[in-house]
Amino acid sequence: MPDVTEGRSRNQRDVWITGIGLVSSLGEGLDAHWQALTAGSPPVTDNTTFAPYVVHPLVKVNFDSQIPKKGDQRQMEPWQRIGTYAAGLALDAAGIAKNAEILSNTDMVVAAGGGERDFQVDAAILNDLSASNDAGRLLNERLLSDLRPTLSLAQLSNLLAGNISIVHGVTGSSRTFMGEESSGVDAARIAYARIAAGQSEIGLVGGAYNAEREDTLLLNDLDAFCMKGAFSPAFTAPGIASGSMGAFLVLESPEHAKARGATPIAKLSGVWSERAKRAVAGAVPAKVKALLDKAGTAPGTAVISGVTGARDATQAEAEALTASGLPVRAVANRIGHGFEAQFIAALALAALAVSKGTLFPPLAGDPLEKAADGISRAIVTQVGHWRGEGAGLVEKA
Amino acid sequence: MTQAHLDKFGRPIVVVTGIGVVTSLGQGKEDNWRRLTAGESGIHTITRFPIEGMRTTIAGTVDFLFDGRVAAPNLSEKLATLAAEEAIAESGIGTPGEFPGPLFAAVPPVELEWPERQQLAEAVGHYPIVYHDLLGAAASGKFRPWHERFLFGSVADRLADKFGTQGQPISLSTACASGATAIQLGVEAIRRGETEVALSLGTDGSVHPEALIRFSLLSALTTANDKPEEAARPFAKNRDGFVMAEGAAALVLESYAHAVARGAKILGVLEGCGEMADNFHRTRSSPDGRPIVGCMKNALADAGVTPDDVDYINAHGTSTPENDRMEYVGLKGVFSEEKLAQTPISSNKSMIGHTLTAAGAIEAAVSLLTIQNGRIPPTINYNIPDPAIPLDVVPNVARDAQVRRVISNSFGFGGQNVCLVLAAEPA
Repeated sequence: MPDVTEGRSRNQRDVWITGIGLVSSLGEGLDAHWQALTAGSPPVTDNTTFAPYVVHPLVKVNFDSQIPKKGDQRQMEPWQRIGTYAAGLALDAAGIAKNAEILSNTDMVVAAGGGERDFQVDAAILNDLSASNDAGRLLNERLLSDLRPTLSLAQLSNLLAGNISIVHGVTGSSRTFMGEESSGVDAARIAYARIAAGQSEIGLVGGAYNAEREDTLLLNDLDAFCMKGAFSPAFTAPGIASGSMGAFLVLESPEHAKARGATPIAKLSGVWSERAKRAVAGAVPAKVKALLDKAGTAPGTAVISGVTGARDATQAEAEALTASGLPVRAVANRIGHGFEAQFIAALALAALAVSKGTLFPPLAGDPLEKAADGISRAIVTQVGHWRGEGAGLVEKA
Repeated sequence: MTQAHLDKFGRPIVVVTGIGVVTSLGQGKEDNWRRLTAGESGIHTITRFPIEGMRTTIAGTVDFLFDGRVAAPNLSEKLATLAAEEAIAESGIGTPGEFPGPLFAAVPPVELEWPERQQLAEAVGHYPIVYHDLLGAAASGKFRPWHERFLFGSVADRLADKFGTQGQPISLSTACASGATAIQLGVEAIRRGETEVALSLGTDGSVHPEALIRFSLLSALTTANDKPEEAARPFAKNRDGFVMAEGAAALVLESYAHAVARGAKILGVLEGCGEMADNFHRTRSSPDGRPIVGCMKNALADAGVTPDDVDYINAHGTSTPENDRMEYVGLKGVFSEEKLAQTPISSNKSMIGHTLTAAGAIEAAVSLLTIQNGRIPPTINYNIPDPAIPLDVVPNVARDAQVRRVISNSFGFGGQNVCLVLAAEPA
């Protein structure tokens, strides 16, 4: 049986990263991120607005610069706005924004969660339902009158991609993957594999997450996954501190890039997606080790980890990473955890570090992060908070 | 692999060796095929939840699987399970609990529903509540299993466990084109040589009050509640919106070489897939139909065939005024006037409603059954032709015809369009 999760086989082309769009609590764009990362300052957190929950709030962003029509902005919930904004940054960085010919052949894969509740409406309806003796009718009537007609569009998972098509004109193809952390891994894997195999020339892949919303905190706290109180480094497994972020990459075949005079930021050399049987003891560390082995751990290799901070998954990943002896940096220690967007954000930071040839300094208090020498390649690991293990390899172009 | 197992572009030919279907018409291919070709409707008045105060009170719900209300992901999972069991059994591939390929699952987005929200509110212990109070109730640990159940990856994850598919399953959504996208991902993976086999499915069990009302607020649904079985009227002049519905379909996809080597029965060929996104509007198509034209042309080019090679069109045909008109505009941009007039086209949605996330998969399955049986399911409720849409919609009664090649269209909100080309086994 062939290895169905193998992202690369023989006779395949290189895949270049020719554009990155990144916005998070640390800032906007690669330069701002590099500055913040190398300054070694503690992450930007907010533990009062949603107390007791810890979140990493999005830096102040001028959405008008990427989403000029207010009407478009109104049709989106914040997670869609963040993603559409970051996608625009990536297209700008790649030099293909507003290039209708290229955008009409650009294949998009978006990793997305879903829509945001109207918290006032939900609470008001719940209060009224508690006092009603015709709850079914009341719910129907209130939903019909209180929900904004555009809400359903702002909630649909595939409408982040839809908005990117509308605002930026990306129309080659449009696919949306769901499923928390793994959706980001598989979005990158499919976009990568299609270009490597010659099924696609250029792709836009990414995701977005809005951490500043109570409905997702609620979902994750149902099973006690949230970080509460004060921020703690990710590899102490303190729970998930979610982070608002948008991360998009433009991936391209070298032929396509050269023909338009574009140069790579870094090379994406493989993406692998796996699924350990988590009920089996030792299954996750074994999967992570297998992924590291697949990517190769030659000298000059670092790990940029998408570690979530969630119990079990974090310890399991830490076990395998410690055993590898590779230098490690956790994305969550800088910008928090962005679920669907996390793996893409990690690829972005990996590409940035590889392009600079050096890692950023460790976060004090994290048990895995140690000082390191120069790097020429970075393995991005992603162990989902409840399911799915993946990895990507970024190398100097 | 010999030349005979490669397509004209040198790629592995992808065939279908197993099909499973569940809709409001019943469980399994046989029941569905018999009733589809008899022109029966599965649309009925909703009994699952109170409908007082709603504009639309009908749907194609699947009510024969559970006694009471279950959360949408539970129903979606059950529908997908039944479809996949049927498809895998027919293909005879793998061993029980060990499917030798990846899973591509078109699943509806999920979130906590109102019954869960009400339980959380009750657990707060006082009224009135504010939303933040619900978080305290969530943190109580009393509702722990809901976390996993209402994750987006939950349905596909449990399917992966049950069927033993390989690797991490992909959960995907391209709105109403999702089922077709799941098939396309499987075709591409086999063509890349990553796998010899894939399980592609689409499922949707999400008719609940808020889902229905959200579509009502977009003015997308018919309000012809009085005669539910006559409410879905694709291409008819008196069409006034789609009927929300549930169902699932699964296909076992396989490289032709692999299927032949193990002596599997070939049910059809997935010759081509095409897509093109629309950037005109969130719910409306470009007035010139360019993305619809483009996705059909891309599919035909991917299959290496021309419009003249198409014997039948399985329409998206939702029964909204806009979709059916735009589908016609798109078809005119692909087919010559003469060819379009001669080519039958029908909408399964006239009978089973719009199964949303599942529609592309269900309609691909029905397209394959159409080829297999040499019989075209009708477009029912076609009593008042729309002069602006002069098509042979196979009105009201099934028709016998030799069908060797079908295109199946799927167009989604958010501008995500997919077209599949399906054909009989190579002679």
